[in-house]
Amino acid sequence: MPITAANPVISELQDRIRRLEGGAARKGEVLSFGIAEIDAKLPGGGLARGALHEVAGGGADAVHGAAAALFVAGIVARTKGDILWCLTRPDLFAPALLAQAGLHHDRVIYVEADREEDVLTNFEEGLRFGGLGAVVAELVRLPMTASRRLQLAAEASGTIGIALRRWRRPTEAADFGQPTAATTRWRISLLPSEPLPVPGIGRARWLAELIRARAGEAAEFEIGACDATGRISLSPHARDGQDQARRARNLA
Amino acid sequence: MPRVVSVFLPTLATDRIRRAEPGILPETPVVVVARSGSKRTVATIDAPAFKAGARIGMPAAKAQAMISGLHLVDADPNGDAEAVERLALWMLRQYTPVVAMDIPNGIVMDTEGADHLRGGELPMLTGLVNALRGHGLQARGAIADTWGSAHAIARATRRQVIIVPVGETAKAVVNLPVSSLRLSPDIVSGLTVLGFRTVGELSATPRAPLALRFGPEVGRRLDQMFGRVVEPIDPIRTAELIEVARSFSEPIGAPETIAKYIGKLVVELCAALETRGQGVRRTDLIIYRVDNTLQSLRAGTAKPVRDIPRLTKLLCSSIEKIDPGFGIEKLSVAATMIEPFEEKQSTSSLVDVTPLLDSFGNRGQRMYRLAPVESDVPERNVGRVSPVSEKLGQAWPTRWPRPSRMLAHPERIEVIALTPDHPPASMTWRGKRRRIKRGDGPERVFGEWWVRSSEMEAVRDYYSVEDEDGNRFWIYRSGDGVDPATGTAKWFLHGIYG
Repeated sequence: MPITAANPVISELQDRIRRLEGGAARKGEVLSFGIAEIDAKLPGGGLARGALHEVAGGGADAVHGAAAALFVAGIVARTKGDILWCLTRPDLFAPALLAQAGLHHDRVIYVEADREEDVLTNFEEGLRFGGLGAVVAELVRLPMTASRRLQLAAEASGTIGIALRRWRRPTEAADFGQPTAATTRWRISLLPSEPLPVPGIGRARWLAELIRARAGEAAEFEIGACDATGRISLSPHARDGQDQARRARNLA
Repeated sequence: MPRVVSVFLPTLATDRIRRAEPGILPETPVVVVARSGSKRTVATIDAPAFKAGARIGMPAAKAQAMISGLHLVDADPNGDAEAVERLALWMLRQYTPVVAMDIPNGIVMDTEGADHLRGGELPMLTGLVNALRGHGLQARGAIADTWGSAHAIARATRRQVIIVPVGETAKAVVNLPVSSLRLSPDIVSGLTVLGFRTVGELSATPRAPLALRFGPEVGRRLDQMFGRVVEPIDPIRTAELIEVARSFSEPIGAPETIAKYIGKLVVELCAALETRGQGVRRTDLIIYRVDNTLQSLRAGTAKPVRDIPRLTKLLCSSIEKIDPGFGIEKLSVAATMIEPFEEKQSTSSLVDVTPLLDSFGNRGQRMYRLAPVESDVPERNVGRVSPVSEKLGQAWPTRWPRPSRMLAHPERIEVIALTPDHPPASMTWRGKRRRIKRGDGPERVFGEWWVRSSEMEAVRDYYSVEDEDGNRFWIYRSGDGVDPATGTAKWFLHGIYG
């Protein structure tokens, strides 16, 4: 906690505020990114477990949301236990999640429904169950009421829930303007990849916009895409020189 | 409203003969001969025998004289009935709790509230017919609102799968012949003599003269077909099936009451399972209503279960689907599919997720994990396995980065590229032109001729490309760009990188 009040009245008030916030900021119950700059912007020093988070792709790419899916895969790869991934359109390519975000295919159970409402139901049931490492749902729409229910279900069980917003056509992306009860909201856009000394595509880079953080403030980061253990990096040149060198060797 | 599936096995007797003697060539005509007194007549014929001129009801000697190489076998009605019973028990385990034999060559079942587990009525029925064909049995299936209509429709047409929408039974049956009414042959011939040809004509005729001449049977069958009289399907049961039931002197109807009695029955069921050392994979709740109709609910589990709270919760989860009508007089819980149950202490700290999966499965959701498949072709590189299967732990052997989203069907793109092995300079996908700044590749993927003969020489050259905005795509050119035999040299977009 950044401020420790000597006054018992203030610390009590702070405890009450923290309780009202659904325990989102309780110590030790966060999944940190391991990057000081990002973690500092998030209350508690990371993504709260037992909370709903929302991730969408940015710009025209939102319809495909490939970067957002990898970002989410990188987050859930760092949790323990089985992952439930609720969807209607099965187009995730597992070898990519494995190699690029460290999410092992044995850990992910996909639940495929025909209708969007069923995805919401599955999402909530998975969150309520309480034995999973994380629950991810690919959603087109996330109404306020539904997001509130999901947030409460996540709080009750302590499972991290991630709503991965996907749209079928660009006009539907306007739905992202509507508020939800999610604890954090992210938008992941693609940036041109890191330049390589040889022709070819370098490590992918994203612009991660933290649009909303409950009890926190908005921020944006230029990050290097997940590595093989699901960790993103802020300055990919310094952290992953080895990775870059291997890529360059592969391509040469 | 029940939804009745009638399965018709037109050549059950001859199919059984072929199954028993695989040496019989497919083109050999096979007929089954029934004996009544000293008369021997043809009772069942298969398709080659029909083509050769054999007809049901003709004297056996005539058929033998007419067709050379005819395979003639005496009828075995008991064997046929046993075969139907075996099939009915299989369907009881696989499809729905309410299955009955429709002797001599059919099976009838009520799939109301069970079809969603198979993806709906059409996939369920198609799957069923295909499964039977896989076992070497010709089969036709129909779904309608009543037993009578489903039975008639399955037998009257030559289509293999027919689904009559809810409430359209009357329209579907009016043009069927009177012989499809399940009446005795005497009555049918009597009606034919009087000039009745179709069910519609018969149903438009005043009942009283018909009843006077042929008895109450004609009116009863008509009412059953149109759903004016209920015709309950008495579910088939085996000796080893564990079933506990409770009858009520006063009919019950409130959901809480039903839940209470489900809880009591599950306790009895689990006690019975425990004495046998078994766990249950499929549990059926059958609700007998006072108006002589029955409803059923099924709860399936991924692993054998003997856990009272869990089973109760599963059965009670769809209690709102029960329509008690004027009241329920009997509830019965049956363990339709049982498997040995091992009590073992869980040493793993991870939580068992099967209760959650069972709850999804009973709502008809598809659950799977993905597993590597040995294949060079990317879309065949992934296979679905059961979510409760052993964790394999093996890794995907990919040296090249793969896209995180892959299109089910590669989409055509227009490109400007230097062939044979340069990534394109620009591409147009879904009407948007993109200049490509960087590219990796090609990664050559060869077709698998052992999977499809058309892929004998097929080649795909995959490139990863990045456009000016940083969007990264996985595209390929069909063919190696030199030899036209390897592909059309058209370009496709196959995946999107994150």
